[in-house]
Amino acid sequence: MSAIQNVSRREFLGSVFSTGAFVLAVQVVPRSAWAQAAPFRTQAESSPLNPSVYLGIRPDGSVFIVTHRSEMGTGIRTTLPQVAADELEADWSRVTIEQGIGDPRYGDQNTDGSRSIRDFYEAFRHAGASARAMLVTAAAAHWSVPESECAAQNHEVVHTPSGRRVGYGALVPAAAKLGVPKGEMLKFKPRAAWRFVGKDTSIYDQRDIVNGKARFGLDIFREGMVHASIEHPPVLGGTIRSVDDSVTKGVKGVQRTVRLDTFKPPHLFQPLGGVAVIADSTWAALKGRRQLKIEWNDGAHGVFESEAFKKELLSTVQKSGKVHRNLGNVDTEFARGGKILEATYYTPLAAHASMEPPAAVAEFRDGKVTVWAPTQDPQTVQDVVAGAVGVDKKDVTCHVTLLGGGFGRKSKPDYCAEAAVLSKQLGKPVKVIWTREDDIRHDYYHAAAAVYHKASVDGRGKPTAWLQRSAFPPIASTFAAGAREPLGFELDLGLVDLPYDVANIRAENGPADAHVRIGWFRAVCNNFHAFAAHSFADEMAQAAGRDPLEFLLDLLGPGKTIDLKAQGVDYSNYGAPIEKHPVDTRRLRRVLAIAGEKSGWGRKKSGGGWGLGIAAHRSFNTYVASVVEVQVDVRGGIQIPRIEQVVDAGVIVNPDRVRAQMEGSAVMAVGLARTGEITAAGGRIQQSNFNDFQVPRMNDAPRQVNVHLVESDALPTGVGEPGLPPVLAALGNAIFAATGRRVRELPLSRLKLT
Amino acid sequence: MVNFKVNGTDRSFDGDPDMPLLWYLRDDLRLTGTKFGCGAGLCGACTVHVDGLAVRSCQTLVRTLQNKQVVTIEGLSPNGNHPVQRAWSTFNVAQCGYCQVGQIMQAASLLARTPNPNDQDIDRAMAGNICRCGTYQRIRAAVKAAAKERA
Repeated sequence: MSAIQNVSRREFLGSVFSTGAFVLAVQVVPRSAWAQAAPFRTQAESSPLNPSVYLGIRPDGSVFIVTHRSEMGTGIRTTLPQVAADELEADWSRVTIEQGIGDPRYGDQNTDGSRSIRDFYEAFRHAGASARAMLVTAAAAHWSVPESECAAQNHEVVHTPSGRRVGYGALVPAAAKLGVPKGEMLKFKPRAAWRFVGKDTSIYDQRDIVNGKARFGLDIFREGMVHASIEHPPVLGGTIRSVDDSVTKGVKGVQRTVRLDTFKPPHLFQPLGGVAVIADSTWAALKGRRQLKIEWNDGAHGVFESEAFKKELLSTVQKSGKVHRNLGNVDTEFARGGKILEATYYTPLAAHASMEPPAAVAEFRDGKVTVWAPTQDPQTVQDVVAGAVGVDKKDVTCHVTLLGGGFGRKSKPDYCAEAAVLSKQLGKPVKVIWTREDDIRHDYYHAAAAVYHKASVDGRGKPTAWLQRSAFPPIASTFAAGAREPLGFELDLGLVDLPYDVANIRAENGPADAHVRIGWFRAVCNNFHAFAAHSFADEMAQAAGRDPLEFLLDLLGPGKTIDLKAQGVDYSNYGAPIEKHPVDTRRLRRVLAIAGEKSGWGRKKSGGGWGLGIAAHRSFNTYVASVVEVQVDVRGGIQIPRIEQVVDAGVIVNPDRVRAQMEGSAVMAVGLARTGEITAAGGRIQQSNFNDFQVPRMNDAPRQVNVHLVESDALPTGVGEPGLPPVLAALGNAIFAATGRRVRELPLSRLKLT
Repeated sequence: MVNFKVNGTDRSFDGDPDMPLLWYLRDDLRLTGTKFGCGAGLCGACTVHVDGLAVRSCQTLVRTLQNKQVVTIEGLSPNGNHPVQRAWSTFNVAQCGYCQVGQIMQAASLLARTPNPNDQDIDRAMAGNICRCGTYQRIRAAVKAAAKERA
């Protein structure tokens, strides 16, 4: 870890934690600590009855619930309020949802790592239960009856013996005078009484979305605002040699150009630099930008060739790496002279390509900055913008719009800093808009990876020793210039937590340089680690002539919790306490068994171009099994008629949104596997738009994704990401079942199946 | 000077002859329901109707609209209750929602011409509209439901 010593703790806490490595514990900030802060930031807060920073009730009975997590399509803006509204016994139609600005009083706001529900379910339950308790106390006092005779029921408190009722609104003045009950005093509703948790609820913004009224980052306009489009250095870290903007300046509507400094390494979330074209309208900025003539100094990353880099990664994993898990002794076992299987897998760089490209509006005025942005983390926006324009974090206000997709990209607010820097310089509100080409060419990419697996197997084909070794340009490189080794959490995403019941396991990682910005992409390293590990498991099954599902269940063993700590592994477990969220192979077995049953596993013989593939993976404390059905035609075209997704995420708050995430993850996984490839030559990204970085469309997406939710009382966990990794392996395994061709390399577009 | 209608209102334009309809709608008229996704006619996020047909507004120049009728999501139905919009709500299609306006405009145009589309018709009409959240199976179901409702 020496390579990252120069990363400050503040940078860590402000940014990396996202992926779950160092998540701050949820803090339900006591009222006393925040009530002094003025002015009120939300209607919840300005409501007389305001027992939590997340919730307020007014005398007219209206309820305000604050969502401090960002809405990028998971439904979280609806789902967390459902939890509070349920405990409150609220009438959902009287709930108004407010989006919180960036503010540490809400606790962590970095909406990634699939942890909003895991980390804030309790806080929102508390918010609702506190308000309910205060309302019940107020009603009991009003009627002079024991509280035990009163119950909250759909926005009213009822005195059960007499049948008297009083609405929440009427109780607010009295309830507001009461102290907020201590958490340990709260009584939560029994599961049987839940009204919203566990029920399908339409997202709050549904009507606005279908009417075109929903506001995304791109939809923000401010009085006197100018529009900016930025030509970034084509190579990471490149600088301007010369600019000829004479034609640009002659374009009608163009006001001027502004040179932006290239960041000083590490790049973190700093702007890339380049030349901004400032114009009266978006169109003038785009048109003017096309007329720029810029010569660049490419700098050190001009050497980056993705084909050569791939060979390097593949060669790195053939050599011993740094050991991160060492159970038993694989070398002794390999030396016994039994049967050995080996395979090396490769997955390329990929781009997020959220439908809304990065965009932000910033207004710098009197030493203060206001930002409106589609961001996954408004507190990091505050940090990064403050640093970029030289003000205090407290002088940066970040309003969060809806996000037109995020997938991890919008946790990195370089585009917000660009808007702020320009606004400061121009003295006007500025909207920065990235084109699709900007987005594809200057992403924080999903890392390319090589993963090597080796196993010795016994007479039934079961591994007696299993070595796995990955190499990929690490996310660490975004935080420490030149970092070649991952931060610990990157290996906790599917490498060191291999769940199979094998006596000897070693996990290693080899170094790799990053020549582009590397960031987290939905499910992060789980994608390549899971693709490799569960493809390799299937290879073992096939080598032994055994049924893959039966083999996987055998490989998992009878089921247990895996104590990685006892094996000397410092496992970060997505930032969750391991006692609460253990690695439990019984849950993997269960999702696999259900997947087998629901998919009709074993009923039809694979082959002749048709096949089923299966895999299961635990990520983000959630367990998912996937069965993919493929049909490969004579020309090698792959159709995917069906995918079965079985998910165990503990208590489910909004089943419909969980299904939606599992459907979408399956589609995204198929896209990643098929065509998800970013390449570079001379340090320049070779793709630019949806013609050459292709994502799934209606006609080539999986036709049907069936989702099965495991009924569970386990603690709730996230679903934004875990649906993706097992699909990658299950798809490769299905192609093998259908064709006898093993997929060890993605994208499939490079594979000739005929 | 080009004269045309947007959502029934007369408009005239004598600005930049290269101005795409998308940016005219968004920046000049502040009809922001129409989205920017690719700027190259590859994703369908900017889909609007011109004389009833779905077109990509990022590839449609304002100067070509003489006497044309442009309809955006804001003008698709008086109260946002076009059968396609209702079906989208019934099936909870949207995840992030960004592309859905374009999807809805495309689907409405499909149903206006092909009231009873089969899977192939739907594929053909909708394949130009990308949803990165991957809501395609719900889009398909919603299109079919809207078709049934209109019938």
